[in-house]
This record gives sequence, C-alpha cells and structure tokens, in this order.
Amino acid sequence: MSNNELDKTFDLSRLRPYGDTMNDGKVQLSFTLPVKNDEKGAEAATALAKKMGLKDPLVAAQKTLDDEFSFYIIYGALIHTVDYNEIQVAAVEGDVMGMTEVSDYIKQNIRRKVVVIGASTGTDAHTVGIDAIMNMKGFAGHYGLERYEMIEAHNLGAQVTNEEFIQKAQELKADILLVSQTVTQKDVHIQNLTELVELLEAEGLRDKVILVCGGPRITHELAKELGYDAGFGSGKYAEDVASFAVQEMVNRKLV
Amino acid sequence: MKGKLGLNWDLVAKARECAKNVAEDTQKFIDIHSTVAVERTVCRLMGIDDTNEVGVPLANIVVQHMEGHKLLPVGAALTLGAAMISENLTPQQIAGKISEGTLDLSKIAIEDVEKAKRAAHSVAEQTVAKIAENRKTREAYLKRHGDKAGPLIYLIVATGNIYEDVTQAVAAVKQGADVIAVIRTTGQSLLDYVPYGETTEGFGGTYATQANFKLMRAALDKAGDEVGRYVRLCNYCSGLCMPEIAAMGAMERLDVMLNDALYGVLFRDINMKRTFIDQNFSRMINAYAGVIINTGEDNYLTTADAVEQAHTVLASQFLNEQFALKAGLLEEQMGLGHAFEISPDVENGFLMELAQAQMAREIFPKAPLKYMPPTKFMTGDIFMGNVQNALFNAVTIMTGQRIHLLGMLTEAIHTPFMSDRALSVENAKYIFNTMADISGEIEFKEGGIIQSRAKEVLEKAYELLREIEKRKIFDSIEGGIFADIKRKPDGGKGLSGVFLKGDGYYNPFTELMGKGGVSYE
Repeated sequence: MSNNELDKTFDLSRLRPYGDTMNDGKVQLSFTLPVKNDEKGAEAATALAKKMGLKDPLVAAQKTLDDEFSFYIIYGALIHTVDYNEIQVAAVEGDVMGMTEVSDYIKQNIRRKVVVIGASTGTDAHTVGIDAIMNMKGFAGHYGLERYEMIEAHNLGAQVTNEEFIQKAQELKADILLVSQTVTQKDVHIQNLTELVELLEAEGLRDKVILVCGGPRITHELAKELGYDAGFGSGKYAEDVASFAVQEMVNRKLV
Repeated sequence: MKGKLGLNWDLVAKARECAKNVAEDTQKFIDIHSTVAVERTVCRLMGIDDTNEVGVPLANIVVQHMEGHKLLPVGAALTLGAAMISENLTPQQIAGKISEGTLDLSKIAIEDVEKAKRAAHSVAEQTVAKIAENRKTREAYLKRHGDKAGPLIYLIVATGNIYEDVTQAVAAVKQGADVIAVIRTTGQSLLDYVPYGETTEGFGGTYATQANFKLMRAALDKAGDEVGRYVRLCNYCSGLCMPEIAAMGAMERLDVMLNDALYGVLFRDINMKRTFIDQNFSRMINAYAGVIINTGEDNYLTTADAVEQAHTVLASQFLNEQFALKAGLLEEQMGLGHAFEISPDVENGFLMELAQAQMAREIFPKAPLKYMPPTKFMTGDIFMGNVQNALFNAVTIMTGQRIHLLGMLTEAIHTPFMSDRALSVENAKYIFNTMADISGEIEFKEGGIIQSRAKEVLEKAYELLREIEKRKIFDSIEGGIFADIKRKPDGGKGLSGVFLKGDGYYNPFTELMGKGGVSYE
C-alpha cells in the first residue's frame, strides 16, 4: 500500500500509529536474535516483523553483538488498528490536590494527623521509589509526605519483610500503608505484594487500612487485581498518593 | 600542584588531616575488636571450605562452635592451630569433625601457644602464597596484553543465573568491556553466611559464591585472550560477609571489589561497629591481593540531592581514603566513587558535573576513580537516556576518570539486555575516540562557574569533615550526616557478631598481609 492509496481520514474507531502521514501505521522496533549477523539473520528478523503485523518491514540497521548474536532496528507499517472509543482504563479515582490542600482536607474531614508508613518490602533493596514519595525533599520538585503538615510519615527503608511491615503498621497505628517495589525480575514483586495482602487479611487488618503500592512496573489495574486499593507507576508523586489515600479514608469511613 | 580549578591546596590538606584524625580515632576501636565474619574469613583462609549436608558453610559451623564454647576471644586461628597439633588434622578435617559432632574444640587445651601459632601460621602462609601467585598471574596477563590507557569500560551482568551471566559477559567483552561486574542477588548483603557452589537463581543478580567467581574468572580469561585484553572481574565485597568475600575474591583472582567503609551502615542498616571492623580486614585482604576497591559515594546522590549534597561525596572520599590507607591499600588501589546524578533540569548542571569530576581527579591524583552514570533521572525514554549517558561519557574523557561504569539507556526499565550493553559501549567508544585528547586541550576560566563550583564543594566538604572530626564517626552517622540517613551505634544488623579481642588474640593474616598493597613482594 503506497501513500497514494492510503486512506488518510482520521478515524478514532480505526486508530493506528502515525509516522508523518495519517494512518501510515509507522512503528520502530529493535531486538536481538541469537544467530549470526548476516543476510539470513536479517531475513529472519524481517519475517518476525511480518508476523508481528508489520507491512514492508525495513531493517534499517543490523549489528553484531557476538559471534552468535545479532541486533536489528526495524521500521514498518502496522496493519492492525484499534477502536479508541472502546478503550477502558482503570484510573485512580478522586481529585489530585496539592500539599496544602491535602492538609486542609485532612483538617476538615479527618480532624487528626494521618499516619502513613512506607517501605520497599521483601528482598528489594531499592529505596528510590519510597524516598521519592515520602522523604522531606520528595522528587522533581514535588515535596514528600514528611513535609505534609497533617501527615505523620514513617519511611522504613528497604528490605523490610512483610511481617516486620505489618508489625510496624500495628505499632504505629498506621492509616495508610505504602509499598514500593522496584525489582521485578521473575515477577518477584507480584509474589511479594500478594503475600502482604494475604498476611493482612489473616491478621484481620486489610479492611482497616488504605493499602497502596507503587513502582516503575506497577499499574493501577495490576494493584487492584492483587487486592490493593491503588497502584501508582512512574510520573506519580507524593500529592497523587496522598490525595487518593486521604479521600479513600473518608470514603471508606476510616477516619 | 597546578590544576585547572585553582583549588585551595591548603584547604585540601586540612580536609585530609581531619579525615585522617577521624580514621585514626576509629581505628583504635577497630584494633581491639573482631567479628564472627573476620573469624570465618580466617577459617576460610586456613583452608576451610564446603558446607554440611543442609548447605551451612563449614566456616560458619566452626565459628558458631567456637562462639558457643567461648573460644572466639583468642581468635579462630589459635584454636585451630592447637587442634591441628593435638589431633594431627588439617583445618578442613577439623571442620568436618566439628560438623559431624565428633570433635569438641573446648576439650582441647592450648598447651603451647607458640606451637599453636606456628601451626596456624604455616597453613596461613600457604594461602597467602597462593594469593601472591594470583597477583603475579594478573600482572603477567597485563604485561602480555598491555593495560589500556584511559577509561576502563565497566559493564554489569545481572541475569540471576551464573551460566547466563557468563554468556552475557563474554558478549560484553567482545563488544569492548574492560571490567565485568557480576551483580549479586538482592538481599545477599544481609546473609550472615556465603552461599556455596554454582548458582542459577537470584533477583537482580545471582549469589556471590566462590564457585561462581571461579567460573566467571575462567570465562573472562578465555574471552580476554581472544580479544587480546586482560578483562578485570568485579564483585561486591560488602554486607555481613565483607571479609569472607574479599578472601574468596583473593583466592579466585578478582580484580575489583565494591568495598566501602560506610555503605552497609547507611544503605543496608548493618551495624556500624560490625562494618568498621569488617571493612578493615576485608581491605587488608584486598590490599594484599592487588584488588582495586570501589567506594560507594555515588549512592549518596541517589538518595540525597546531587547539587546540595556534592560535598558529602568529597568528604566521604577523604574518609574512605584514610580508612583504606589504614588497611594498607595503595592510592593506586582506591577506586573512590562519585556519580553523574544532577537533574537534567538544572541549568549548567553539566558544568557542575565537570567541576566535581575534575575536582576528584585533582584531589586524588593517583586513584583510579570510579565514576557512576546517571540512574536517578533516567526514565523510560531510552532516547533521552542515550543523550544523558553521552554527557556522562563526555565528562569522563574530559576529566580523566578511570573506572567508567557505562550507563544503560534502559536503566529505569530492566536489567540490561545484551543489546543495551552494546549500544552503551558504542556510545562510549564514539565519545572516547572523538574527544580522545580534549582533556589536555582545555582549561577552565578563572573564577568562572566551574572553578567556583569546585571551590564551594571543597569548602563545604572541609566544614563537614571538621564537624565529623569533632563529633567522631559514630555520633556523626547517628546524626544523619551522610545521605540524610541516621543510624544508631547499637542498631542495625550484625552487632551480636562483634566481640572484644581477648588476651593473646591471634590472627596470622594481619601479620602476613598487614602491609597490604606492597607487602607481597
């Protein structure tokens, strides 16, 4: 299909990628094949691209990574379309408030300080996520929960076991539990997050707290599926988490 | 010394003096203590290897046995030496019998202390000779292939399976890696034992074990011969088994070890007393084995702000330098760490990075500085990530950094794919080649942004070191001076493994390796 024959009508029910012309379907992809870098390797890469639904795939570059490994950069036109009108997204509900608004909201609706504990649980040693949400400084100009006037924030750091985490939650009478997971190799985060929910349920605590997870590979949809109240991925900051959690406390009458 | 930054060398000397006083004060504490990890290391260096039938290392079994019978205060070596004489067994045989429950060391009286010491010393000498031999082997390799001038390209492998790691490492060598670091599984630093054998599991990496070290060493030697380079192998000498890993690395000819005096305390909540004692012995071993240590200052900036807290990096470098000297490391073995972590949004952030990297270069002229890539502000936008890494590469070639950990464009997404590594190497090679001699061509404007930045960071580092000198190290850490993290002297993991050395404490290795980096001759 040349550009001449292309139906350039913008149609949300038949949405496809855009390169430089409406509906041209142009995409780029790159991958490695565990074979020699030669013409046969390139042909194999092209054949795979066709199976992915790319029309006229072009191997724009191919490189040797090792004797038996080769890398391909491919451009092609996607034959598939989706109906944009039918797309459903699980999004965190509620309004996002700023830091002072969250404090005002707590003063008016909860009338006491809200206790938040957070940790990077299991074997995960990364604190970057939980620090971004909780530490005074926050991240990228978004102050962390420690700076919130009406929030008592406890950042337990990394490698906190689920058992320790629950014990701390009880000790501190936490209203909101934040779990950060960065390492996702072999789905270790799924097992760990599931275990926490099960432990909380066994202790009869699950309904008494707001349970939130976050991390670069966490989506709200995944979080809901695992039994969390919400999940926050990249590009979400302390105010997103705080706004959701305090409104959820009020909605669930946990004040 | 004439540099490009117009640094105040009096201030540099004063800062160094403060750090020296801090290290000396801390050394007094270190010298009168030992830990279970140090004693397990002594056992390993005396030839105790292997595990019992449920996988507990014999070194742990022996030290637990000694601890249970209150034999540890004299040091594991002395007790083992006495048992060697009375039972006429090797340390490994002794360990086997303790494990079976057929030998009780508390029943063996140390009748002749000097004889026991000699017995321990003779086996210790054999291991030390083997370590010296490894060092000579490394030097022979470097002589044969020649050592690279300029930045060493440092790449990580982290598949979680040692065999897959080998495949990735060999490919990385072909692409241009000079140093291969095998990432450990997350959580290993908190294990109070070293796992055993070749391992195929772990998260974000696999276990550091002696068998894994051996396997990777052989693969890198082979790949290195093919490409005509000596490829350095790096692992993590940190956590609760810091000196044991050093011993294993020395025996398997590792070349580079992550080995920081403060990292475990701050970032893994390991007890500070335990860490200071362990780091001292581990560094002594690394010094003797000719290993380059890498310190972890880069981590401060992943937690605290890279613009505001740059001086904590410099202060920590001064401290790490002094602690390292105490353990016998040569300046040429000190891969002091720092990182390119200023937010891309900061105006003139690149100039600040340049100032700080140049400053580290001038203040520690002989140190093979370890420079870490952007991580904190890497996003899923790999295209932008490639640009961030390019700027990082530019700083290295402009300021003569030595151990250059390549940034991955997929840093924020996953542990590196083979292709990620290749793209990063391509990026670095391009910049190192196209800008090869730029460092000798540039000077910085007097009183300009770059010079002023270096001045500011040095002054703040000096102030901080003065405060640490006054408060002493334990109190300073308790006060949250580094990376905004506060730790208590009696908090954290591993304190129960610390003990006061008793009368007649003996460790043959402090004598044999104590002079560190030069003593093997």
